[in-house]
Amino acid sequence: MTMRLLLPLVLAAVLAGCAVPEPWVKPYERERLADPIMQTGRTPLADKHREHIHVVREGARGATGVQGGGCGCN
Amino acid sequence: MAATELVRRVWQGLLALFAVPATAAVLPEDKAEGLYHVYDGGGVKATGPALLVRKSLAERVSLSGQYYVDAVSNASIDVVTTASPFKETRKAWGLGADWLVRDSLLSVSVDKSDEPDYVAQTVSVDASNDTFGGMTTVSIGFSRARDDVGRKNVGFFDKATHWQYRAGVTQILSPRWLASLNFEAVNDEGFLGSPYRVARVFGAFIDERVPRTRSSRAVKLRSVADVGGEGSRLAIRGEYRRYWDNWDIKADTLEFGAARYFGTKWLADASLRWYKQGKALFYSDNAPGETLYVSRNRQLSTFKTLGIGGKLTYTFEGPWAVKLSGAYERKQFRFSDFTDLRTDKPYSYDANVLQLFVTANF
Repeated sequence: MTMRLLLPLVLAAVLAGCAVPEPWVKPYERERLADPIMQTGRTPLADKHREHIHVVREGARGATGVQGGGCGCN
Repeated sequence: MAATELVRRVWQGLLALFAVPATAAVLPEDKAEGLYHVYDGGGVKATGPALLVRKSLAERVSLSGQYYVDAVSNASIDVVTTASPFKETRKAWGLGADWLVRDSLLSVSVDKSDEPDYVAQTVSVDASNDTFGGMTTVSIGFSRARDDVGRKNVGFFDKATHWQYRAGVTQILSPRWLASLNFEAVNDEGFLGSPYRVARVFGAFIDERVPRTRSSRAVKLRSVADVGGEGSRLAIRGEYRRYWDNWDIKADTLEFGAARYFGTKWLADASLRWYKQGKALFYSDNAPGETLYVSRNRQLSTFKTLGIGGKLTYTFEGPWAVKLSGAYERKQFRFSDFTDLRTDKPYSYDANVLQLFVTANF
């Protein structure tokens, strides 16, 4: 019970001394990040085909960022 | 900085995330993509074309249309041991719209997949927002799918509904390094098995019995870095996904990839994917007793897959930046507790995946 009361106070005290970080990578430093090889989904149809192959043959699904499409193909 | 300022900034961030539908601060580029795909393995051959066209209007809205065909010739292990080989075609259509609002992108799409005995219709809404000076992209999304389930010579006899909830964060870590974290929860309700598949109990074949609900979670961590020197571009990536559901399936996926330019016209990609899963609670190769649910769907069994692939892309000079690509992947499926009834040994097979596609920007 004591911990429940103390924890918010300790957190507030610690966070009060924190500065919110500023963005450290400026827009003019992002040339390499903008290259297609750094990005997901640069070939949406091919990605969809590959995701479909996995979704209909494996038990796991989701969190891939690609919609495999519903079907009865099992 | 005072705690009140921190609270204010967090509150502003939450408002930006949830009150304003928001992704990337730019619309997807206008493009046309044509694909011919082949999957050949385990007695199943699926081939077909696919098309995608995307065009923006007034620099605020981008519209897209997709068409995808799977012509399937099926003589899989299930089919040759317990049924008859068959051929069928699946056609899928998709329409989407993306709307740019300040640093946010709101996306809506509808998809329909049509087979003679299975029709799936999906509606998706996604929103993403660039924040923290453009270094962080936060995204959320939802899909609802409604399926009509049928059987040859019987017609449509049941339905299935799927709800997908997803969220993700992509963070720029340095001028050469990105990382992302994605989460997705999927809930299903309705007919979730196959009306054609049989289970085995005491060596006898019976219709499989699968629960009418399923709930799954997946978390994926992805990181990509540019490790090329001055004047060269080489990106490497690593991905890990953990999956679990209330059918007691647990799975791990590990993937590594590299992409490198050769000159200004050639781009080569290589990938290695490893997948491992444990079986569902009610999966049995040959059940020793009658249970409420029983399935011999090898997709729910204990197995591993390994995929090794490569892709080569050539970019033509010209105003449309036409790209021609060819990709090949060799996949191995190794089952631990699914017996090949023809040999009485654990089943395994290899598959070839081929993609030939052309992309043009306009």
